[in-house]
Amino acid sequence: MDDAMVRIYIMGKEYKVPGNLTILTAMEYAGYKIKRGAGCREGFCGACATVYRFKDDYKLKADLACQTKVEDGMFLAQLPFVPAQMAIYDINKLKPVVGVFQELYPENFKCVSCNACTKACPQDIKVMDYIQAIVREDLARAADLSFDCIMCGLCAMRCPAEIAQYNVAILARRLYGKYLVPRAEHTKKRIEELDKGMWENEVRELMSISKEELKEKYTSRDREED
Amino acid sequence: MALVGGYTEKMWESIRKVEETRKDRCEKQYPAISLEKGEELLNKYHPDYKEGNTREIHVGPSKGSKVVQELADLLEAYPRINPDLIDLSKVDMETDVLIIGGGGAGASAALLASMNGAHVTLVTKLRIGDANTIMAQGGIQAADKDNDNPAIHYLDIIGGGHFDNNPELVKALVMDAPGIIAWLEELGVMFDKEEDGTMITIHGGGTSRKRMHSARDYTGGEIMKTLRDEVKNNSESIEIVEFSPAVELMLDEEGRAAGAILFNLETEEYLVMRSKAVIIATGGFGRLHIQNFPTTNHYGATADGLVMGYRAGLKLLFMDTVQYHPTGAAYPEQIIGQLVTEKVRGTGAEPVNAHGEQFVYPLEPRDIEAAALIREVESGNGIETPTGMKGVWLDTPIVELKHGKGFLEKNFPAMYRQNMRFDINMAETPILVYPTLHYQNGGLEIASDCRTAIPGLFIAGEVSGGVHGRNRLMGNSLLDVLVFGRRAGTTATEYIQGVSLGKPTLNHVKSYIKELEKLNIPRDRVAPMILPDYTRKETKEKQLTTNYLGTLW
Ligand SMILES: Cc1cc2nc3c(=O)[nH]c(=O)nc-3n(C[C@H](O)[C@H](O)[C@H](O)COP(=O)(O)OP(=O)(O)OC[C@H]3O[C@@H](n4cnc5c(N)ncnc54)[C@H](O)[C@@H]3O)c2cc1C
Ligand code: SF4
Ligand code: SF4
Repeated sequence: MDDAMVRIYIMGKEYKVPGNLTILTAMEYAGYKIKRGAGCREGFCGACATVYRFKDDYKLKADLACQTKVEDGMFLAQLPFVPAQMAIYDINKLKPVVGVFQELYPENFKCVSCNACTKACPQDIKVMDYIQAIVREDLARAADLSFDCIMCGLCAMRCPAEIAQYNVAILARRLYGKYLVPRAEHTKKRIEELDKGMWENEVRELMSISKEELKEKYTSRDREED
Repeated sequence: MALVGGYTEKMWESIRKVEETRKDRCEKQYPAISLEKGEELLNKYHPDYKEGNTREIHVGPSKGSKVVQELADLLEAYPRINPDLIDLSKVDMETDVLIIGGGGAGASAALLASMNGAHVTLVTKLRIGDANTIMAQGGIQAADKDNDNPAIHYLDIIGGGHFDNNPELVKALVMDAPGIIAWLEELGVMFDKEEDGTMITIHGGGTSRKRMHSARDYTGGEIMKTLRDEVKNNSESIEIVEFSPAVELMLDEEGRAAGAILFNLETEEYLVMRSKAVIIATGGFGRLHIQNFPTTNHYGATADGLVMGYRAGLKLLFMDTVQYHPTGAAYPEQIIGQLVTEKVRGTGAEPVNAHGEQFVYPLEPRDIEAAALIREVESGNGIETPTGMKGVWLDTPIVELKHGKGFLEKNFPAMYRQNMRFDINMAETPILVYPTLHYQNGGLEIASDCRTAIPGLFIAGEVSGGVHGRNRLMGNSLLDVLVFGRRAGTTATEYIQGVSLGKPTLNHVKSYIKELEKLNIPRDRVAPMILPDYTRKETKEKQLTTNYLGTLW
């Protein structure tokens, strides 16, 4: 693969690093010990939001440091914290209606449809579309579209309407999951059985038999077809 | 080097062989291995069985037992702080229940303690949610379907754990499981469901019923984001302190838990945090890179809780066994070691060698599956990458042959996206995998209500040992951290009733140091680790500082 050295500029300062590194490992190669700006290192936690630009290109790009390969001429800075507004609520007292958002996140309704959020999202989420879906009270669509959001904050940093999209989105998903999706009846049923003390004896029985008997039962157990 | 669809021409030669056998494999099922043959395979190829993998430790409550080398180095190490230099009379913070760790176990403990009326402070190393929990992709087990029940779940767990699990803990796990699923639904977690609310469940390695519940391939993410949101919404009773790892526990004069010493990562101050009860929920040890394996774990998975709990007097269980996930990414270079969730095999993907041959049943328990992959590569049937890494193929396109076009992108958005970043379309070409360090099977000894040998000290989650025996099955760990996280929160709140804040001491640390001195342990061995050290040797040689150890010695 491409292991030639490339030049990158960490907060404007030049370092030469192998071209096959990610932004995160390149910073470590350069000698940075990361405290903020790294979490899971696998693209799931949103801690390593990074903005960058190439020499002679006016466009500001955004991505995750742990999932993005360095490229020659990258000027970069990490964005380890985004000061964003988050409403406090008791989910049990809310309803899955647009009024909740009007009250908790009134700025959500000032979206100017510029699509800057969508362009910034490292998860390729249609951020503007989920914000618009909430405006139309289509929580199912908002929940579906925003599902992969890792709450990195990059969208919020680009938003002229100063919306913290990801905080609005988690509220939408929780309302949808809690109120609009039917609960699993079979789960309820099993809990009722357990409340009545069912399965206690069966489990106790397994706890009391010898290792040999357990092994026998384990190897002869049947397996549900794929 | 020219790449087509993300791969070199040499790799493509092998991919073509995988394509040739795909249709045939799709129609046949490769048989599962017998218990005896499985043992044999483990003995020969599993990293746990490698000579020199473990050593006997000479200090602390489990003195004389064998633990993996990398952990032994941390247990036989000096504290970061010199206990004589810390003024314990100057208290910086106080709380009822101190929770150490902001993953799934810590967050659920916080919610239950708060619900039961305690004032909670949750301290964590990075941000709340920067944890292994948020990375879990595949799913969570619970026996909540008609053809299943807690006893069958019990049998699967205990067999997977090689019959060494603590039965009381397993019972708690299987009996609480359905309630956990309902609790998550109640909080708004979006599980994969049928229209009528029926959970879509699949098999995982070692399951005899389809009981893996999931939220696409962001199961842990969906759970963690929801729990975090709920914790933040309880800000009146739960205080969150980020970037402040605990480095040592404090005990009072009667030997009860009395708080912890925290380290502010940014200002580098050590702070005294007093509490009536302490819950350790610091997760696992993947970042110790046991036997130099790459890892799937988050940046802060460095065994700190094991070190602190052990110094305070708790025993360790099963620290000679480590879970290697059979399928870590082996290519491209940038994502080596990152997880390819078992759920991919759960929906039909198959490990295949360089010649396009299948060599193992795809859903063996993890240790056996991993050993089979290692055998294949060590016998010369692996595929080499341009950087010299070796792996085997995980045939993913076969999943779409079974379930239809578009299935992978829809059901594995995280992994699909990750590979597409490197031009690899997993719906069209297989991906290269090799075992990666994944999970700490053992840990600190606990009872089923999360009590420990130390009054006021409770433990929950991956840092604990016993529930999974010698090998955990997929989907039982997310379950574990929620079951025992909740239990710890409840038990700790019961415990603090009538307990007043004790006078904190670091006496246990002082006597531990004496033991270390007797053994002539080198002074530069310091723990807990807090963060792994990825600084290059060349850089370090020029830094001329011990700053990273942060000690007061
Ligand atoms: C990539 C991946 C995929 C997985 N997939 C699955 C799956 O599909 N199903 C399943 O059941 N399990 C899965 N697991 C396992 C499961 O996710 C974990 O075992 C579980 O989430 C651990 O939860 P926890 O709360 O105990 O620890 P964690 O979630 O790791 O949380 C521990 C927390 O403690 C903090 N901490 C550590 N040290 C200190 C300190 N000194 N002071 C303060 N805070 C500290 C950490 O930073 C972290 O926030 C997976 C694990 C990984 C890594
Ligand atoms: S929607 Fe916003 S916060 Fe979520 S992943 Fe995309 S950019 Fe990050
Ligand atoms: S950036 Fe803000 S204003 Fe622009 S589309 Fe997105 S949400 Fe709307």
